[in-house]
Amino acid sequence: MNDLEDLYREIILDHYRNPRQRGELPTPPATRAEGFNPLCGDEVVVFLQVEGDRLVDIRISGQGCSISQSSASLMAAAVKGKSLPEVRRLIATFKAMMSVHGTALGSDADGEEPSGEAEDASGIVPVDLDSLGELAALQGVVKFPVRIKCATLSWNTLAQGLDELAAAR
Amino acid sequence: MAELTARSDPRAAELDVAAIKRDFPVLAERFRGRRLVYLDSAASAQHPLPVLRAQEHYYEHAHANVHRGVYALAERADQLYERARLTVGRFIGAPDPAREVVFTKNATEGLNLVAQAWGRRHLRPGDVVVVTELEHHANLVPWLMLAEERQLELRWLEIDEGFRLDLSRLTEVLRGARVLAISAMSNVLGTMPPVAELAEAAHRAGALVVVDGAQLVPHQPVDVGSLGADFLAFSGHKMCGPTGIGVLWGRAELLAATPPFLGGGGMIKDVRRDGFVPDDPPQRFEAGTPPIAEAVGLAAAIEYLQGIGLDRIAAHEHHLTAYALERLQQRFGRDLVIHGPREPEARGAVLSLAYRDVHPHDLAQVLDQAGVCVRAGHHCAKPLMRRLGVAATARASFYLYNDEDDVEALADALASAGSLFG
Ligand SMILES: Cc1ncc(COP(=O)(O)O)c(C=O)c1O
Repeated sequence: MNDLEDLYREIILDHYRNPRQRGELPTPPATRAEGFNPLCGDEVVVFLQVEGDRLVDIRISGQGCSISQSSASLMAAAVKGKSLPEVRRLIATFKAMMSVHGTALGSDADGEEPSGEAEDASGIVPVDLDSLGELAALQGVVKFPVRIKCATLSWNTLAQGLDELAAAR
Repeated sequence: MAELTARSDPRAAELDVAAIKRDFPVLAERFRGRRLVYLDSAASAQHPLPVLRAQEHYYEHAHANVHRGVYALAERADQLYERARLTVGRFIGAPDPAREVVFTKNATEGLNLVAQAWGRRHLRPGDVVVVTELEHHANLVPWLMLAEERQLELRWLEIDEGFRLDLSRLTEVLRGARVLAISAMSNVLGTMPPVAELAEAAHRAGALVVVDGAQLVPHQPVDVGSLGADFLAFSGHKMCGPTGIGVLWGRAELLAATPPFLGGGGMIKDVRRDGFVPDDPPQRFEAGTPPIAEAVGLAAAIEYLQGIGLDRIAAHEHHLTAYALERLQQRFGRDLVIHGPREPEARGAVLSLAYRDVHPHDLAQVLDQAGVCVRAGHHCAKPLMRRLGVAATARASFYLYNDEDDVEALADALASAGSLFG
């Protein structure tokens, strides 16, 4: 597989063309969080519906490249219905995969760690690819360091929404 | 070097691009086994050997700090630095090169200097600054910053359907204005507004004309007098010169009426416990150790471009742009939208592309696979992007070292993006 095919895997292109959980939720009761990638103007809006300890629904709107949009779609499909601690764990695992230090992957990434991602990755987190399911399709992004911000945009926005929710409680 | 290969009538001769390419070492680099097709000179140009050699020579034989040394080595550095200033000044037709050319870090710093030093001293609440929808953030944000601080009124010249400035309301917009801040060439659309005509109207209205020449100066002969500029800013790195150096040219009497921008060494006549006396321009605006080697490199870049001829470079780019517009249109038809004036006469060599609904980031990524370098993003012109109704474009731009093969490489790479995102 060449790098480009590794980046644009079929699953990714599928989620880009047919995004899951696309749309909005009424706020309130839902929480709305917005994220921007100032470099390319991509934006993502995440709507979260939390009941008790569970993320019962999520919707995504916004616009952007195939990586940011498919990552958002894959994320939405993966986190919907999960408990908040599970969602947090998934965010951490995904971001660890998106860090070049995710050496546990045996990745042959040759890119530099983009600043700003290092702290998020909090050193070397062993990445359990199996726990990521379809999301593992995004690991090819690591070979394209400029695109990591595209892949993590929706995840950072989701984390930000959860933080706001926790603070409001 | 390439200029020696020009035929007997160098003005009429076409550029020998193959020879020019050989002057630029980086163009011989290979990426994933493919030659480099560099189509991002609007962001930053590449460097020919004479520029690299001039800087190396400076460091090997002439480096010392300027303005302060009495020894022979320092005198060499001084001479090279001041000679560079004259080279730059003559290049843009400055009436008084020794006093009117200020070395800055880049075009952005030059424009900030005008807003922060001249503007802050001379503009009062309610004063009007006219900007255009074509502006790069570099000629926009400094005015927005000052407008906020000084309660200035910002007025906008907008673009029409043909991507040119709509001048139908010009008199009205300029009425009572103190400043017209205008880009001489859009880095997104390639649009080249009629700066001389606009400057005349601005002067009649009593406004000064601050020209962002970052995209124009590298690509065609510029004369500050016929341009009608009062200030002109540009960057070295977009004209085959080093990064870290830019130029602000200002009319001598305007610079004389401008207070210092940054304070420090090299910009004063005297400092006492209770105050200081600033030096005269241009030293007044060059606080601290200036980019000496970069000035030497910039002068070498100018000499290189002049050796080939700015008019020939302009003609070459014009030809290449016309070729690209036609070729791409022919090959992709409605699948490809090129934002910018249709007529090649009215535009510079930048093509902002939208290919089907492939996101510009993805497009640039696929092109990179073919060694084709284009820039994807908002190009630091968000108000313009908003007006175009897009978040980003993929931009290809040409310079003297590009040729029709590069255009074909771009077209082939676009076609492969088409099949991937089908
Ligand atoms: C039209 C225009 N103005 C200003 C600038 C700023 O140049 P620099 O970043 O070198 O200051 C650019 C560069 O992108 C430009 O294209």
